[in-house]
Amino acid sequence: MNRLLSFALRVMGLAIFLTCGLNRAQAQEPSAAAPKQEAAQPEPAKADPSKKEAAEPEANPFAPEPAPALPPGMKGSDTNDPRAKLTPGLYDAGEASMGIKHLLLLKKPDAFQLGATDPDDPKVQKTLGQLGIGDTTKLPKPVHLVIAQLAFANSDFAFQGNHLFQGNFYGVNIYDISNPASTTLLTSMVCPGGQGDVSVYKNLLFMSVEMPNGRLDCGTQGFPPEPPPPAAEEKDKDNQKVKKRRIPAAQKERFRGVRIFDISDIKNPRQVAAVQTCRGSHTHTLVLDPGDKDNVYIYVSGTSFVRQPEELAGCSGEKPDKDPNTALFRIDVIKVPVAAPQDAKIVSSPRVFIDPRTGAMNGLSSGGSLHKGQEKPADTDQCHDITVYSAIGLAAGACSGNGILLDIKDPVHPKRLDAVNDPNYSYWHSASFSNDGTKVVFTDEWGGGLGARCRPNDPNKWGADAIFRLKDDKLTFASYYKLPAAQSDSENCVAHNGSLIPVPGRDIEVQAWYQGGISVVDFTDPAQPFEIAYFDRGPIDPSILVLGGEWSAYWYNGNIYASEIARGLDVLELTPSKFLTQNEIDAAKSVHVADLNVQNQQKIEWPSNLVVAKAYLDQLSRSQALPSNQIASLEKAILSAESSHMSKNKVAKLQHMGPSLEKSAAAAKNPADAARLHALAEILTHPSA
Amino acid sequence: MDSCPPKEHLYRSRREPSPRSATRSVFLCASLLAASAPSTFFSSPARAQQKDSAAPVVVQPGAPGKPSKTLPPSTKATLPPRSPADVEFMQGMIMHHQQAVEMTALIQSHTENKDLRSLGARISSSQSDEIKFMQRWLAARGEPISMAMPGMPDMDRSGRPMALMPGMLTPDQMEALRKADGAEFDRLFLTGMIQHHNGALIMVKDLFDTPGAGQDADLFNFATDADNTQRAEIKIMQLMLEKRPAEEKR
Repeated sequence: MNRLLSFALRVMGLAIFLTCGLNRAQAQEPSAAAPKQEAAQPEPAKADPSKKEAAEPEANPFAPEPAPALPPGMKGSDTNDPRAKLTPGLYDAGEASMGIKHLLLLKKPDAFQLGATDPDDPKVQKTLGQLGIGDTTKLPKPVHLVIAQLAFANSDFAFQGNHLFQGNFYGVNIYDISNPASTTLLTSMVCPGGQGDVSVYKNLLFMSVEMPNGRLDCGTQGFPPEPPPPAAEEKDKDNQKVKKRRIPAAQKERFRGVRIFDISDIKNPRQVAAVQTCRGSHTHTLVLDPGDKDNVYIYVSGTSFVRQPEELAGCSGEKPDKDPNTALFRIDVIKVPVAAPQDAKIVSSPRVFIDPRTGAMNGLSSGGSLHKGQEKPADTDQCHDITVYSAIGLAAGACSGNGILLDIKDPVHPKRLDAVNDPNYSYWHSASFSNDGTKVVFTDEWGGGLGARCRPNDPNKWGADAIFRLKDDKLTFASYYKLPAAQSDSENCVAHNGSLIPVPGRDIEVQAWYQGGISVVDFTDPAQPFEIAYFDRGPIDPSILVLGGEWSAYWYNGNIYASEIARGLDVLELTPSKFLTQNEIDAAKSVHVADLNVQNQQKIEWPSNLVVAKAYLDQLSRSQALPSNQIASLEKAILSAESSHMSKNKVAKLQHMGPSLEKSAAAAKNPADAARLHALAEILTHPSA
Repeated sequence: MDSCPPKEHLYRSRREPSPRSATRSVFLCASLLAASAPSTFFSSPARAQQKDSAAPVVVQPGAPGKPSKTLPPSTKATLPPRSPADVEFMQGMIMHHQQAVEMTALIQSHTENKDLRSLGARISSSQSDEIKFMQRWLAARGEPISMAMPGMPDMDRSGRPMALMPGMLTPDQMEALRKADGAEFDRLFLTGMIQHHNGALIMVKDLFDTPGAGQDADLFNFATDADNTQRAEIKIMQLMLEKRPAEEKR
């Protein structure tokens, strides 16, 4: 404890040096709520530059921490990568990219941030005052901008037509992306409660709320804290603190669950329903029932604490053996009548971790584990995120300690088909299927996204993607993929949200890695995933881990959009490289969707045209699946068909080339090339303009 | 590109001037008016329909079924109040985590068990990181980082002997762990760390059971994640504990 105190003093010394030594400190009236300063703390006026040398680097909590030594047998990340040592900055950080062009950064709207980049800005000072920090000279300057920034953090995306919906812990921002390179803000919708996960369906916008400050009326004031506890505290025989069970005043105005807005008027969204849940909603997933056009469903993943029954009737956080109605060990399913969203309600709370033999709701067996042999009731009591793929009737759940596979043909009653765990996984966070449904990419959010987890010595199997093969409703581990580039100690970095890029013939995902930037990975061969493009910025700050970076990076109708937690909205595009040709990019751009909710995965269908054919041809050339002279003659035939505007005899020539490709498909070296050859033969036989 | 219409075509219907544009202009005007209004301005769709503009609007929805209001463009974000329980939680959890780091530091010299070494490295790394995070959270808010009375590490701030946080190993338990080695160390470490982690879960529950606590987004996120990580680690440790006797028999 002595160490702690001396360390606290050193921090103060350093802080004073940073603030008073370099800048004229702005004196400010301590607010009423300002914390009482301890008598033992030094006077702020006595700035002493020598204190800086006295302070050991590890004594400053703002100093980033290098990773500990690599565990035996583990590999770290590449420190020679151009992304490893980029210059810092909030809006002027160094950038590195390969195969990606950055088009635009739109800064977070003022209504959603401190509204300033200058620590001395009165707006920043005012916010510090709101936090009860009267004497700001105690803080290193950059910290002024950092405080409470998660409260205004950007989060996940949804897309519809020309509208992009960017979730934020403080509400939602809606952008016009009809011209991606000059994207503009339409609406800032203030409605706090975190984390603001969004989905959109027709005129309805759905939003997740989980934090205790969420209010039914979207108010920003939260709820008043209880007065400080009495000085006397009870302790048990082992000298451990015993808290008296308080009966919290239920807050009827509190909202934790899924909000539903009518966005018919994009500049005036109205809240039409708010479905309360026991654990709130950390994320949610829009689920469409192919057989029911009148209703949509929302799978609610709650990861937070269970609230008191006094606040929401029927909520219980007890263990299953104590209360069979516990809000743990389940997900919630909300049914939303599209024509009457105000009638939305929870219609089932599936026990997706149940042991089918014993009926125990905490019976997720580790039978599917990489480490065979355990059949123990396990502790997994929540899903973090669920991706549904209705086209194949399956959902992949990333459920804290497990990855699970669900049958969702009856969307109200999902049934677990398989479960896996992994000794290198800390927290199963999200999942996505390959388009053909034969692979699932899971992510591990080791450290919760707040920590630097891509440092040179962080193992490349921790905080990584895990790619599984999916066959006959069983998941089998294939490999890990982690951002290959080392990141600095001041960059929060771990695997996070991504979406498929619709390049035909390959499985490609664009993925966000917080301050690790954006990485595009090819996992066509699930055992050998590799990076084909990236974009990265330097840290927000070199000496302090300031939370930031890309929360989600998704492909939508020809562009990549990335949600930067601290900086704003990034718009990017793919550029050709040795890993990806212009033809492949053009083929991806030829796929258009009316909307995109990434966790409600839609089957990608490619047009049967020559743009797509050329992409396949490039891939066959790259993998040397055909002799080069055959590639050349195919190329020539396709180009002359194009330049002839699909004249009859040129098309006939193409059609003649189909059968030999089918033969080659039958003899192909690997399934990927076989599929490409077959798909190319199909297009050439029936090309559309 | 030839076969597929550019997306401007696909979505043109959405972009066509429509009665909606008129409604949009309302909000611009409302915003401009609101900028000079002394307090919150309530939008009224009946007003000013003459101008259109690309200016963004700031809206705040009402409770379900209630109208939304337009806020001035100059609106700034505000924060919910912070609770004394928030500070107490962070200070207590730092002390709690420090013991976990102390425990994992013993692994290197006390056991050759590979799985346990790997697990220990993970726990140590997560908990050290989390300690830093909590210290930053407190320091940034001008709060003391330690619960102890300045200069008197064994006393809390009310002058009483420092209490252990829930789940922390007693001095006797720590001593037993230090003295053990090999398989016995593994067992004590796993049971001790499970007890320790369970205590952290209690601390998180206590925090959120306190009215007005946990509204700070960074704190909320941290507490929830720490809770989740520790649950997952408890599970892994329970499995390791069960696997152990089976391996020893071989």
